[in-house]
Amino acid sequence: MVLRYMNPTHPVHQLRRELDRLWSQVMGDQLEPPWTGLVRGQPAVNVWETEDALFVELETPGLKSDQLDISVVGDQLSIRVQRPEVEEKGATYHRRERPVGSFSRVLRLPAPVDADAVEAELQNGVLCIKLPKAKEARPRKIQVVGK
Amino acid sequence: MADDPQVVKTPASEVAPAEHTRSGSYYRPNVDIVEKAEELIVRADVPGATADGIDVKFEDGTLVIHAKVPPRNQDVDFLVKEYGVGDFYREFRVNETVDVARISAELADGVLTLHLPKIEAAKPRKIPVKS
Repeated sequence: MVLRYMNPTHPVHQLRRELDRLWSQVMGDQLEPPWTGLVRGQPAVNVWETEDALFVELETPGLKSDQLDISVVGDQLSIRVQRPEVEEKGATYHRRERPVGSFSRVLRLPAPVDADAVEAELQNGVLCIKLPKAKEARPRKIQVVGK
Repeated sequence: MADDPQVVKTPASEVAPAEHTRSGSYYRPNVDIVEKAEELIVRADVPGATADGIDVKFEDGTLVIHAKVPPRNQDVDFLVKEYGVGDFYREFRVNETVDVARISAELADGVLTLHLPKIEAAKPRKIPVKS
């Protein structure tokens, strides 16, 4: 009975997503259901845009910059993280919730970006990637001339 | 064991602690708890938190972790929002074998590491067998 609802295509999940969407519309900037469609340990992302850039932010606690691999190919941003497994000798684990291993995400970007100007910054375990939009994707102000 | 001078009992506070008045969501950090012969180690993922916003308390046998995360990117329109930004909070029951006075904490790359040393009486001791 419970197993039937484990299937993500089951209508009850559709209903849930629909209700979540409606709820977030009513409540404004509420958190959307976290981790939907995400494998445990896969980095969750927040994406937003401004007029001239796209921003992708990830929570990457404990990661050093050399454990991150970010690349842009065409309209795809791929992020690969490697969390090495640290096995402690002569120790007993009472809780083990922090993910270990390699995970990757590939995001399709909604606008063409200037791949050479992409910047990534890691601070306090939060990674922020700034992807400046390509020239043709930036809005151009049109001057209206009065006669 | 109750008479052991090493057992440090925290006095119950006489004044009720201030309640959290900040609105917004709290998140439950993922933790690893490792027990070694000498100590317990708690590692908690608190991305976005800074050292001055970390509040670790031990009271009445409960270890409380509260990591304040300054809000960021509040006025942007998200295209994708898979996680929310807010404070991390979690409580644990810890038994009396922890030497409360020597609990230490450090923060690096968004991971809070707590060291909870065991009291002498609780450390494993090899008993030599005479023949």
